[in-house]
Amino acid sequence: MARKVSIGRKVGFTALAWTLGCLMFFPIFWMMLTGFKTEVGAIASPPQFFFTPTLESYKDVIEQSNYMRFVMNSIIIAGGSTLLALVVAIPSAWSMAFSPTKHTKDVLMWMLSTKMMPPVGVLVPLYLMLQYFGLLDTRTGLVIIMMLINLPIIIWMLFTYFKEIPSEILEASRMDGAVLWKEIVYVLLPMALPGIASTLLLNLILAWNESFWTLNLTASNAATLTQFISSFSSPQGLFFAKLSAASTMAIGPIMVLGWFSQKQLVTGLTFGAVK
Amino acid sequence: MKLSSMLIGACSAFALFATAQAETVTIATVNNGDMVTMKGLADDFTKSHPGIELEWVVLDENTLRQRVTTDIATKGGQFDVMIIGAYEVPIWANRGWLVPLTKLQEDEAYDANDLVPSVADALSVDGKLYAAPFYAESSMLHYRKDLVEAAGLTMPNAPTWEFIGEAARKMTDREKGINGICLRGLPGWGQLGAVLPATVNSFGGRLFDEDWNPQFDQPEWHEALQFYVDILKDAGPAGSSSNGYAEIMALFQQGKCAMWMDATVAASGLTGADSTVADKMAWALAPNTGLGKTAGWFWTWTLAIPAGTAQQDAAAEFIAWATSKEYTKLVAGVKGWAQVPPGTRTSLYENQTYLDAAPFAQLTIDSIRAADANNPSVKPVPYTGVQFAAIPEWIGIGDSITQQFSAAIAGTKTVEEALAEAQNIATREMRAAGYID
Repeated sequence: MARKVSIGRKVGFTALAWTLGCLMFFPIFWMMLTGFKTEVGAIASPPQFFFTPTLESYKDVIEQSNYMRFVMNSIIIAGGSTLLALVVAIPSAWSMAFSPTKHTKDVLMWMLSTKMMPPVGVLVPLYLMLQYFGLLDTRTGLVIIMMLINLPIIIWMLFTYFKEIPSEILEASRMDGAVLWKEIVYVLLPMALPGIASTLLLNLILAWNESFWTLNLTASNAATLTQFISSFSSPQGLFFAKLSAASTMAIGPIMVLGWFSQKQLVTGLTFGAVK
Repeated sequence: MKLSSMLIGACSAFALFATAQAETVTIATVNNGDMVTMKGLADDFTKSHPGIELEWVVLDENTLRQRVTTDIATKGGQFDVMIIGAYEVPIWANRGWLVPLTKLQEDEAYDANDLVPSVADALSVDGKLYAAPFYAESSMLHYRKDLVEAAGLTMPNAPTWEFIGEAARKMTDREKGINGICLRGLPGWGQLGAVLPATVNSFGGRLFDEDWNPQFDQPEWHEALQFYVDILKDAGPAGSSSNGYAEIMALFQQGKCAMWMDATVAASGLTGADSTVADKMAWALAPNTGLGKTAGWFWTWTLAIPAGTAQQDAAAEFIAWATSKEYTKLVAGVKGWAQVPPGTRTSLYENQTYLDAAPFAQLTIDSIRAADANNPSVKPVPYTGVQFAAIPEWIGIGDSITQQFSAAIAGTKTVEEALAEAQNIATREMRAAGYID
């Protein structure tokens, strides 16, 4: 039986949730608003909430950059690395969830520990390796690097979801004669689909927004939207309106994706939270 | 027969394709207005050089510096032309990371002797030019002549800081929202870290003594910082500690500043279409204290060829085009003479059309000529650079100490506390880097 919550508490929690939501969204809202200001208006003091909107900054951004090339690179690198990571992570997470050894926890912790190192610490070795293999400033190189960077998080997430699935169900499929790949593809994956979907979406967002590697390992051919944003920051002159317009254009596609898939994201993230 | 014909055809097509393959020159640049103009006019280069294609990588200054440093240190070869600042050129040239532009120096058509001597000196090591200047700047005093006149003052061509202090306080009108002076207070070696060391030079101070000991605990630094903090408190805008170049540009354009000591290139923004005070502007040399040095700094954005590139000749062709006299004429034809990249060629300042179009031109070149990167202060120094020391450690030191100075401007630290902390930071860094024991 659900606990009765007083109207006062309901109103209080609702107000708190809206306040927190607005606070979190405000920087994004301000960025979007600034994109429609003039350069002088963008840094006016006091800040302008009401102004005559202009598309001048968007016009400048489109004229100065090949937006579509950056978008295509972002889609290929974020999408490719996430899919590749899933192909590696699903069998790994399966083995750790359903066939653990005494070192499984150590392996999981070791994988997580790779995320604790500052990326700049391995920049030069990785740069030299990619240079040696001719993969600098290539989509292939970035897909591999981004896959490796996000792999620990993907394996951890999938491991957590797989652990929620009773192993008896998999055993039953084995009793019915399912071989390993059929057990994973026809039994495990459909049951873990919400978890896999949210892992995929979350990592797509992480890979889309990643800036350190995408800025440092690319030049012109494989540059993603992070370079597109960076290119509108200027050491001299006014640039905040153009920078805001470019940032809005850069986050646009991933925000639309997030908006349409928010149900799957929430379902996946809360998967197994209530026992 | 049919198969052999096809093979011959395929081979011929391949050969044609191979010979038609153009060399691609990749250029790494920041997004300054002059660089955007260069990118826009690049068709002129590719038309006259059909065998060369251009790829542009535009990044913000800090990312560009980190990105090109990684590439050049590992000889990655990702970039064929790099747009770098006066700070990097001597450091990278000494490490063998840059290709000397010897051919350019010897090319009569390019006329390297026409380069402004102080600019060419700052970009040369042992007489060899390692980067070609795209535009150069110093600092000067931008001021509103209407407000100066209204205050009953006459601005000298070479004002002293004492005069500036009095004028700033006299012109401040808080009710009308007019600040007597606007100066940078935003931390960062390229923000407050550009203006304050240049100001200290004019007060007789320096960054390091001949033995590389930091000098922030010396009386000249105290006098200069105290002056800077006081003048901003009495006559500066609210929140000066978060004002950088862009913020002050907007304030001035909106008519909220009477004076501003900053980059010479700001003049074109203050007289541009966005400015409400364009017709009220006048200029003077950066202030001094009568010791023989002004607060004028020196900076130049340059084009250089990294040692790792395989396209040295094509890169040199591009640099020759972008820094030539003809390029200046090209920009003048498209955007007007006032918009040409300033400060690099003597001939530009002998061109009456330019002098007429840019009223700030003579002061700009006078300021650049006066800024001596090898002798920035009254006292001797071991480093190159006017408002910075061209050593790899300077960015880190400059960023850290300007946080202390910015705190003094904000009033959260006293001048004494800020200088003591800056001295500690700089001493620690210089000791760790092995400059001092």
